[in-house]
Amino acid sequence: MANLRQIAFYGKGGIGKSTTSQNTLAALADLGQKILIVGCDPKADSTRLILHAKAQDTILSLAADAGSVEDLELEDVMKVGFKGIRCVESGGPEPGVGCAGRGVITSINFLEEEGAYDNMDYVSYDVLGDVVCGGFAMPIRENKAQEIYIVMSGEMMAMYAANNISKGILKYANSGGVRLGGLVCNERQTDKELELAESLAVKLNTKLIHFVPRDNIVQHAELRRMTVLEYAPDSKQADEYRSLATKIHANAGNGTIPTPITMDELEDLLMEHGIMKRVDESVVGKTAAELAAELAAAQ
Amino acid sequence: MSLTVEQVKVRNQALIEEVLEVYPEKTAKRRAKHLNVYEEGKTDCNVKSNIKSIPGVMTIRGCAYAGSKGVVWGPIKDMVHISHGPVGCGQYSWAARRNYYIGTTGVDTFVTMQFTSDFQEKDIVFGGDKKLEKIMDEIEDLFPLNKGITVQSECPIGLIGDDIEAVSKKKSKEFGGKTIVPVRCEGFRGVSQSLGHHIANDTVRDWIFDKSEGKHPEFVSTPYDVSIIGDYNIGGDAWASRILLEEMGLRVIAQWSGDGSIAELENTPKAKLNVLHCYRSMNYISRHMEEKYGIPWVEYNFFGPSKIEASLREIASHFDDKIKEGAERVIAKYKPLMQAVIDKYKPRLAGKTVMLFVGGLRPRHVIGAYEDLGMEVVGTGYEFGHNDDYQRTTHYVKDGTLIYDDVTGYEFEKFVEKVQPDLVGSGIKEKYVFQKMGVPFRQMHSWDYSGPYHGYDGFAIFARDMDMAINNPIWGLTKTPWANS
Repeated sequence: MANLRQIAFYGKGGIGKSTTSQNTLAALADLGQKILIVGCDPKADSTRLILHAKAQDTILSLAADAGSVEDLELEDVMKVGFKGIRCVESGGPEPGVGCAGRGVITSINFLEEEGAYDNMDYVSYDVLGDVVCGGFAMPIRENKAQEIYIVMSGEMMAMYAANNISKGILKYANSGGVRLGGLVCNERQTDKELELAESLAVKLNTKLIHFVPRDNIVQHAELRRMTVLEYAPDSKQADEYRSLATKIHANAGNGTIPTPITMDELEDLLMEHGIMKRVDESVVGKTAAELAAELAAAQ
Repeated sequence: MSLTVEQVKVRNQALIEEVLEVYPEKTAKRRAKHLNVYEEGKTDCNVKSNIKSIPGVMTIRGCAYAGSKGVVWGPIKDMVHISHGPVGCGQYSWAARRNYYIGTTGVDTFVTMQFTSDFQEKDIVFGGDKKLEKIMDEIEDLFPLNKGITVQSECPIGLIGDDIEAVSKKKSKEFGGKTIVPVRCEGFRGVSQSLGHHIANDTVRDWIFDKSEGKHPEFVSTPYDVSIIGDYNIGGDAWASRILLEEMGLRVIAQWSGDGSIAELENTPKAKLNVLHCYRSMNYISRHMEEKYGIPWVEYNFFGPSKIEASLREIASHFDDKIKEGAERVIAKYKPLMQAVIDKYKPRLAGKTVMLFVGGLRPRHVIGAYEDLGMEVVGTGYEFGHNDDYQRTTHYVKDGTLIYDDVTGYEFEKFVEKVQPDLVGSGIKEKYVFQKMGVPFRQMHSWDYSGPYHGYDGFAIFARDMDMAINNPIWGLTKTPWANS
């Protein structure tokens, strides 16, 4: 247990968290690391590339069938995939009912009690896009993930999300020991993407740990429910993930306490890089008709 | 050495200062507004009420679930009330509040039984609606004579957003239009059980009244139909009250909610007058019936012969001479009996002092009964009373009475220790604290497993019980070993 590293991937929904994390962890497994992936998203799609499966049976669905989580054994919920990577999915209710956050808490407690972390080098949590309640903050609370990696891109909403997640980390950085490991930019080919990501990293008191270029081979691999590491180990993209994995591996203990910025600062940053135009305050809240009338009056 | 009123006022004022001293400044400032000494002539007790208790103090209050399940809905005997959520709330509210009822428990009545959905972790995570449906199916199978179901929400139901309204509607349809009432009485709502009363009242309005039109065509009205509102029949209270109303010529068509049934609730809008005992917990529905159905309501007090007499006349004043004569007849009939009770117990109890701390009605309502026995209430306060309760209290209390709203465990102990009353009347949590202090005690929520205390019959039992507590020889046998050394 002493050398167990616990990390977590957070980021805006749809940003490519699960793809990035699974490829990166596959590369870490390539380096000989023993890895456990804990999917913390009711969609339960955090382990499909490792397991070549559509969706793994989740802890919570198995617990519901069996009666309670106490009725489960570790082997019921854990699957082993590519390069011996162990996989569990927390799962959760269908949208609109129950409490998915409580489900994450239940699952993580179960895994710890059952000794799922014994003899592992890495535990990686893959968490739902928005930290909407205490349950989804579970992986960043005390004695859980030591470093958080935020997957983002040059899109504005992805940067907003990264900043919000930093706020969550800051809250628990003071009470627990969690740190921000760095930003991972998953290229969307937006304008000045690298530049923006680096600037945001500086503002948040962290670093851009890796810029993952866009490559269709990721999609090709994904269609086959595989990581790039497995599908095309000699590809350039596989090397990108290896590089990211190596950097994360070397990043132990180098996490920082983030300095989230205000909405205004974030918008300033976007304007600095010419992504966003300064809003003319005089037009805020005015309808097209009102503006037209004003224009006519001015002439 | 008895103190003059002025001396009592000075002592009580000093006492308030003294208890406040131990609090942190902010707490002292907030608690100060809940404590006062009543000044004769004022129309209010001038204490703040119905405000959130301060974290860290030991409040005596309950929660909204307690107000709905425990007080308003629980006693409706032919409905099954589901404690919906984890098992604890159901377990600790099992067997209700000694709300007596007539019926065969488990067959056509269910008050002392306990139904709970016993939430497990998976019900929280996946939601409990399916389980609730299953419970309702089981209730229909196992207890086919039930006349309806209520869903009493515990805290988690509100937190996870279960749709108990949808389940209730669906099942009601499946069960051929059976009344199923979802009650959003989650314990975290409001500052005390009081909001639970209000929520429960509102569900009667929305789920019973609004759906009961055309039901019970066999019901034939009379000009003398009244409903007893806010009597929970603790130890038989409502029965002891009902017979007096009937003896004076009225017809009681409903009891809310002690020994009450859903048919009675449904028929209540046909009453000519609603007579309201517990104002705090059922004024809401009384006002609603006044607005919607034009039924007047009158508050009454059936504790002790003086108040009973006044109340019978007040109720009769809403009717014709036949009923007015009936009231006089009833008063005259019981007078010798009451005189005998007073003759027996007053010599043993006269001059004894009492401090009370009860819920939302009795802190004022029982004062007359004590005074009929020559006793004096020197301090009183409400767990969950509102401003209008403290205004009504001024009709009962004497100059200089110590008033304490939502009293804390510490304050109450300190007040009793310094005032040294001959009797304390409060709840089970308080009972042993004061008995260990050597002060006689009566539970004034449950009547200490006795009762009834309402009506003429109840007064005889009330007098006996107070005598039994105060003049118990045990108090002369307790010694303080250190007093001699």
